[in-house]
Order: sequence, then structure tokens, then C-alpha cells
Amino acid sequence: MTGNEIINLLVIVCVLLGTFLSLVTMVGLLRLPDVYSRSHAASKSATLGVMFILIGALLYFYQDYGLDARLILGILFVLITSPVAGHLISRAAYYSGVPLWDKSIRDDLKKVAKKRSSASE
Amino acid sequence: MLSTVLMVCLILLSLALLGSIYRLIKGPSTADRVIALDTIGITMIALVAVLSMYLKTSAFLEVILLIGILTFIGTVAFAKFIERGVVLDRKRDH
Repeated sequence: MTGNEIINLLVIVCVLLGTFLSLVTMVGLLRLPDVYSRSHAASKSATLGVMFILIGALLYFYQDYGLDARLILGILFVLITSPVAGHLISRAAYYSGVPLWDKSIRDDLKKVAKKRSSASE
Repeated sequence: MLSTVLMVCLILLSLALLGSIYRLIKGPSTADRVIALDTIGITMIALVAVLSMYLKTSAFLEVILLIGILTFIGTVAFAKFIERGVVLDRKRDH
């Protein structure tokens, strides 16, 4: 087995894993009951999936062009920004009054949010 | 072998994109739609990466960074709009 075949095998494994995680994200978006669990599914597994695919692309282009700075920057950027975006949108959903799933039993943020809103008035 | 796998992955990623588009249309609240848009952006990054491997060119790799940055800015702007009603705060008088 030559080095190129090994790299191709690694690329195939990474891309397949990434695609699987993207499909998991899709299933999570379709089947989970409320905004918060959907955001949980979307921000975690989509981030990991796209990072696997970008690592596969990094390995693939390593054969011809060496380590590509654009791909490394893309991986770091997705790693940093995607959880932040998930946090911001869940927070916006909570404070704009989107209800939780009716079977959820615990809401710790409610007390803090009430105290905060009464302090600001 | 590799190009067959990449083609299959392109089709499956398009399927994931379709699922997000369903949530974008159906989603009961605005936050659902913004989450779906964010996921569509992330999946588009993956699609561009797989497509550039399929076409054996490294000319599209800037597009990955660009879509990532635009998706993040769009999501932050939408989140601030949902939470406060404005995107850019006005300067205070005093």
C-alpha cells in the first residue's frame, strides 16, 4: 500500500463520518420536540460533521499543495463560531418567550431571569 | 473509488440540506428558522469542501471561509433582532 492510498483511505473515512454526522443533524432537526433540543442537535453534530469533512479535505489537498492555510482557518473558525451561534440563538429564543417542551420538568433559568427583569425595572 | 464515495456524500449532504429546508419552512417559531438557516450554512460549507475534492481543484477553498463568516454574522444579527428588536444599538445621548 502506497502513501497515497493510505491518505485516500483516511479521506474516505473522514468524509463518510462527516456525512453521517450531517445526516444525524438532519434527523435531529426533524424529530426533536422543541427549539432548545433542536439547537442542541444542530450546533453539536453539525459542527463535528463539517470539521470531519474539512479535515478530510485538508488531508486530500495535502498530497498536492501541502497544508492549506484556508482549510485550517476554516476548521478553527467553525470550531469557535458555531457553538457561539447556537448559544446566542437559544438565548434569544428563551428571552423572546418560546415555550419549552411540555414534558420538560426543570427550568433553572426562570428564577434568574425573573430576578434580572425585576432588578432592571 | 474516492470519486464514487464523494458523489455519494454529495447526495447524502443534499438530503441533509433538504431536511433543514423542511424545518426552515415548517418551524413553529422564528428561532427554529434561524437554527435551520445556520445548519444550512454549515452544510453548505461541507458541500463546498466535498465538491472541491470531487473536482480536484483547490480554487473554491476561500468560499468555505466566506460562507462560514457570513453564516455566523447572519445568525448573530438574527439572534440580536429576536431578543432586543434592534440589530445595531443607537448611541446614548449622555
